[in-house]
Amino acid sequence: MTTSALIPARSTFPNGLVFLSKRTRTTPAVTINIAIRAGSECDPADAPGAMYLLSRLIDRGTATQSADDIAEALDSRGISLGITVTRHLFSFICTCLAEDFQDVMSLVGDIVLAPSLPEAQLATRKGEVITMLRQDEDNPGVRATETLMEMLYPAPHSYGRRAKGTIDVIERLTRDRLADLHARRFAPCETSIVTVGDVDPDESRAAVERVFGGWAVPPPPAPPVLPATPAMSRRRVDIPMMNKAQADIAYGFVTLRRTDPDYYACWLMNHAFGQYSMSGRLGDSIRERQGMAYYAYSSLDANIMEGPLLIRAGVSGTNIDRAVGSIDQEIATLVAGGLTQKELDDSRRFLIYAMPRALETNAGIANYLQTAEFFDLGLDYDERIPELLRGVTLEHANAMARKYLSVDRATVVTAGPYRRDATSALP
Amino acid sequence: MLRRATLDNGLTVLVQEEHTAPLASVWCWYKVGSKDERAGLTGVSHWVEHMNFKGTTNIPRDQVKGIIEQFGGSWNGYTWIDQTTYLETATKDALDRMLFIESERMANGLYHPDDCESERTVIISELHGGENDPDQFLDQEVVATAFKAHPYGHPTIGWLADLKTMTRDDLYGYYQQWYAPNNASLVVVGDVDADDVVRRAEHHFGTIASRTIPLRQTTVEPEQTGERRVTIRKPGTTAYLKVAYHAPAVDDPQFYPLLVLDAALTGAYGLNLWSSFRTPPPQRSTRLYRALVGRGFASAVSGSLMPTQLPFVYIISATATHGVPLGEVERVMLDELAGVARGGITPAELAKAKSQLNARLVFENDSVTNIAHQIGYFETIAGVDVFANFRPRIAAVTLEQVADAARELLTESNRTVGWFDPLPVENAAGI
Repeated sequence: MTTSALIPARSTFPNGLVFLSKRTRTTPAVTINIAIRAGSECDPADAPGAMYLLSRLIDRGTATQSADDIAEALDSRGISLGITVTRHLFSFICTCLAEDFQDVMSLVGDIVLAPSLPEAQLATRKGEVITMLRQDEDNPGVRATETLMEMLYPAPHSYGRRAKGTIDVIERLTRDRLADLHARRFAPCETSIVTVGDVDPDESRAAVERVFGGWAVPPPPAPPVLPATPAMSRRRVDIPMMNKAQADIAYGFVTLRRTDPDYYACWLMNHAFGQYSMSGRLGDSIRERQGMAYYAYSSLDANIMEGPLLIRAGVSGTNIDRAVGSIDQEIATLVAGGLTQKELDDSRRFLIYAMPRALETNAGIANYLQTAEFFDLGLDYDERIPELLRGVTLEHANAMARKYLSVDRATVVTAGPYRRDATSALP
Repeated sequence: MLRRATLDNGLTVLVQEEHTAPLASVWCWYKVGSKDERAGLTGVSHWVEHMNFKGTTNIPRDQVKGIIEQFGGSWNGYTWIDQTTYLETATKDALDRMLFIESERMANGLYHPDDCESERTVIISELHGGENDPDQFLDQEVVATAFKAHPYGHPTIGWLADLKTMTRDDLYGYYQQWYAPNNASLVVVGDVDADDVVRRAEHHFGTIASRTIPLRQTTVEPEQTGERRVTIRKPGTTAYLKVAYHAPAVDDPQFYPLLVLDAALTGAYGLNLWSSFRTPPPQRSTRLYRALVGRGFASAVSGSLMPTQLPFVYIISATATHGVPLGEVERVMLDELAGVARGGITPAELAKAKSQLNARLVFENDSVTNIAHQIGYFETIAGVDVFANFRPRIAAVTLEQVADAARELLTESNRTVGWFDPLPVENAAGI
């Protein structure tokens, strides 16, 4: 067995902030990954996209540094600071040279703790986000996926909202509203900081304590955890985009939570179905055997709440119905006959042996440690994964297909150069 | 330490030991890309790459999957203007399997007619997927406009008409012409013993005969003598601008000052086509970011100066902020470029650009896959020493050299301007 034992250093500060660190010496560099439980689920009900707009503005000035000062400090060290908002997390991620670690931790800390959110920058950042929203409107993949998520997770569920919001909401958001969100949702007890690279964990911990140790904000109220109800019947929406050369299909189901005991069985089922090698059974059918698409795959996003299993394919407008029919066929076959033992074993072996590759780079390790922390998987999770996957039986994996996948309960969205003939039967 | 060996059949073997993880990355590089294609066969290099995942004499079609996956490995390949490459990265105990796969790919591809036909539609789907993105579509049109004669002008994926008419014989003939050990480099990086890898390479590849490689096309792109423009008007929601300048090849001394200039204008992306270009560069203090994004004219700006074997183009791209006319974005961009062409960059900009480029050189060497890519990429286009010498070459760049590069290259007569000027979209959702 070739899994690595990461054994990161972990501690919790008195203010509730969690710190994790792993020393590696591959390159003289360090990855800093800061995750705060302030993702788009924390958007106010009347302001979807607020957290996303905050992410575009938050590094444009602090109490002591201007936007230009920050840009200069990052650029002069060759650092690209990535600030992302997912459903649950607001993240700050960068890689710096080891020699710059202390200064960069101070700088990123200043951005996290004391952003000035300058009014002068807000209008420009709104313009950027509105342009991105306009680009999304012209992107069949985004249109299909966002529409599917809205249908799988109707309001008030946060998974169905567009993370970037809408143009009218973005236009209305004020600096004070964003500042209030930052003040209420950014808190040490909601934060985990990971450093991976050529820095001693004790030294790293001291740096984090220096910057974040005095951070005191009361715990914010927990975001609501809402149930998601699986569809009871088949639904299909077609979005004509006649200016496009190719169509995108998004086809999906509500599945399970990451903490569900069935998770590993569902993970393996999905991997064999739509990921293994060139996208599992789906890729075999739609790309390899039928030559219909450049891509066709499935993905499982089990999360805090019941996440989706999404099937995606990009096909010619003339092949949409045929491709949807093929996906139906593959699902029906999987549900009726299940995976074979060989398919399950192949996926299991791949996932176990792929661990060293996933944990090769500083960024990869940092991402893994944040995931393990977020789902409370334990410091030895990398060593337990093989055992957890080996515990999945063929019957268990196939039961997941029967439980979550059904042609009759699928939600299907297409977007692209296609108009359905009103008289035609729907696949 | 890089170990170099040449087998009797001409195959170059490059091995670097990296004992940081129990992994090995194997890449096989071929000196053939879309610049080697003739009219009527555009896209053949890329299609051949696809066919080389469809089984060989000793790896039946239905057994291609699983060989590397059972070692937790990933595999892939890509084709561009100068090269075609294939890779596997897996636990080190898969080394022999990876070498076996690459030896099979070099000599024993099947090219079953049914697979050729099936892949035709896959590739056309890939082309259409790219055309869905107006930015990518504009990029293709700008490059095609910038080149009148040289085959760098056509897209690597090919023109649709050629993809519709190419035959199995065209594909197999191209494969037989160019896939030979004396036109390839095998790169292995990872937790391996270099001498052992060379022995294994000899075992797997030693019996493959060398062959005469076709004469390369010798067309030289004539000097551009006036600004060229291309405007695409198609339905869309967003306007895009691209400005392209003919630029030096990687082995031209002027490449390095231009690399520094690009870092000062748009931020240093780095030099790893496989990894760095997936990460945005540090750029908020750069001239074009400040002028265009900082002042609200554009929502994004980027530069693309790629290391290539022959002179290609340096492309600067901007996405117009919604409501800002493209002409305004172009005016601001060209004003900034004119300023740098007149006065060069400042000492502070020079120092910052060098710091960025050096940091990127560190960041993009963080995995056996990335290290192996860099060795193979540069060996294929100019020799691996070019890559090894990047740091001192960048350090040696002077303000005067950057100013000279800006003055000589950023001229009106050397540029091609492309607009994607969107027409209104009539799209309605229906249930």
